[in-house]
Amino acid sequence: MATLLAPEDFSPGEDAMALNKAFEGWGTDEKTIIWILGHRNADQRKQIRLAYQEIYLEDLIKKLKYELSGDFERAVCHWILDPVEREAVLAYEAIIKNYRPDYRVILETALTKSAEELLTVKRTYQFLYKRSLEEDVASHTAGDMRKFLVAVVSVYRYEGEEIEEEVAHSEANILGDEIQGGGGSGGGCGGGALKGAEEIIRILSTRSKPQLLATFNYYKQIHGTSITKSLGGDPADEFSAALRAAIQCIKNPKRYLQKVVSHSMNRVGTEEDALSRVIVTRAEKDLKEMKDVYLEKTGRSLDDAVASETTGDYKAFLLTLLGNQDYF
Amino acid sequence: MDKRKKTTILVRREKKLNKEGEKIMTSPEECEALRTAFSGPHGVEEKSMLEILVKCNPADLTTFRKNSPGIFSDDECYFEKWDSSHMKFLENEFLRFQRAVIQRTMHPWERDALLVRKSLEEKPPLYNLLIELACTRTSEEFLGARKAFQCLYSESVEEFVAVRVEGFQRRLLVALASTYRYEGMRIDEAMIKLECQKLGRAIKIDKKNEIEKDDEVLRILTTRSKHYLKTIHKCYKESYDSNLEEDLDDIQILRDTVNCLCAPPIYFSKILDKAMSVGPTEQEIEALTRVIVTRTDVDMKDIAAEFNRKFGAPLIERIEAAALGNYRDFLVALVKRGMAN
Repeated sequence: MATLLAPEDFSPGEDAMALNKAFEGWGTDEKTIIWILGHRNADQRKQIRLAYQEIYLEDLIKKLKYELSGDFERAVCHWILDPVEREAVLAYEAIIKNYRPDYRVILETALTKSAEELLTVKRTYQFLYKRSLEEDVASHTAGDMRKFLVAVVSVYRYEGEEIEEEVAHSEANILGDEIQGGGGSGGGCGGGALKGAEEIIRILSTRSKPQLLATFNYYKQIHGTSITKSLGGDPADEFSAALRAAIQCIKNPKRYLQKVVSHSMNRVGTEEDALSRVIVTRAEKDLKEMKDVYLEKTGRSLDDAVASETTGDYKAFLLTLLGNQDYF
Repeated sequence: MDKRKKTTILVRREKKLNKEGEKIMTSPEECEALRTAFSGPHGVEEKSMLEILVKCNPADLTTFRKNSPGIFSDDECYFEKWDSSHMKFLENEFLRFQRAVIQRTMHPWERDALLVRKSLEEKPPLYNLLIELACTRTSEEFLGARKAFQCLYSESVEEFVAVRVEGFQRRLLVALASTYRYEGMRIDEAMIKLECQKLGRAIKIDKKNEIEKDDEVLRILTTRSKHYLKTIHKCYKESYDSNLEEDLDDIQILRDTVNCLCAPPIYFSKILDKAMSVGPTEQEIEALTRVIVTRTDVDMKDIAAEFNRKFGAPLIERIEAAALGNYRDFLVALVKRGMAN
């Protein structure tokens, strides 16, 4: 369920005018911006953008980029986008902006969606950037990481519930050979380099999700340990980390995203991009369930964690999206 | 089987008698026409069969059978037995028109999904067919085929292909089967020059047999848009004075990929020629139906022009000489329709 609180009655024209007033004069009235935009759903935000363009002949997003700054600006500018457009923009930024693509964002984009949803994101990406998502991922990555990410982003997965038990069993063995056959350890706790990657990439990037879940179960039965544990925890091995992230995301997307959020606040300093990304993209979907998972796994409410790890307007905005009314 | 000019000849003449004194209704020319009608390899001549067989009395049929050693033999039996392999052949030839009609009428997504399935279920597998489907259809058309495939077979094209091929072929074919290319005209000229150089280096300078290991060649061919690749093809020609697909000649699947992406009419006209030449395989013969039926609404004009240019004869003429009956008429009509569009 969504955490966003949005009124049914609203006037896009009035909102546009209120926003414009917030930009006027010295400084910016961030509280008004948070109060309005933080309480509007996707359709309403779209109407506000149109109204603003009509009245002031200016793109609201450009204006926000100019008036705001930092993590707050990035969060608001992502929030205001239409959800599909936002996914395309986040993917683009993850690939292009940094010196190295953020594989986690690419995996989230590809694996937390149905096949049709991913297709819509890819179409929007092509419309916005005049290139395909696949070609951009491919041209900014290399080696096994490239093969894996391009495959995962390209596939149009079968969405049926059927499972072929024999295939799941045999592929669990194949995965075991590739994962545990390397590094000479052969033990259950991996950590060594993968023997190969062809079959892992094939299986993870082509099989349907129910089929993969069955395969992971067989893996645990056969090898006595979960596949993610087998892949080891060497943080320097980015490819294995990507495989682990993909598997976790396939197994349980909500739990995976909760981990992303926890992780973003666990370090010295907070990884705001990751935190914003999850909250902004899920506030209208299932952030409520994620909050429950967060509480269950960490013993702390997500709202409290965000309140203590972030500051200022950025904090106020995130808490508003999390459904807090009384933050002003 | 000999190919002869197919015209039905109805000759009015006096009643003749054979050796046994029985009345014969047909002339030697009509016998010959009937033989041709049964001989394929591109369909059957229904008109001849209709006219001549009806005219025949039992004596004519005996004469016909005795004079068609390729079809009948009376070595072991006391009668002219129909050769069993010819019987099978003939059944197939009768079905050619039927298959063309079904292909034409079927939803293109279903048609292409069936062809994808066939491409890797045949022994030996038909990689060029899979490449043709993935590369000559638009992104939306091939996506539709992928959806239809899932509907028909309860699995994705990607898993189907990946599990049946290995190594370099897997990397190429799965990538081609799963790509959703940008179909627009926007290109980055600087990037094209750069990638053209990469291709040139990989093909011309590095060892040729290392191309399969070159990730960049694969990346460029399997992810870039068609317009982009056509422009690279041009750039390559200007820089290295040779055609990209010719330089990849050693690796058939790469050559087919480049042809299908950059110049489908050239690829298709070659297939048509092969289908109508001497000694094609059944798969090559079937390609005649497939290409005409699937391209009549797309680029038949270009294919016909290229065919004429390369093989020195209009496509329609070649089909009229090679094919028979309703099948021939159907194909010719589709070609004419495609050229008029």
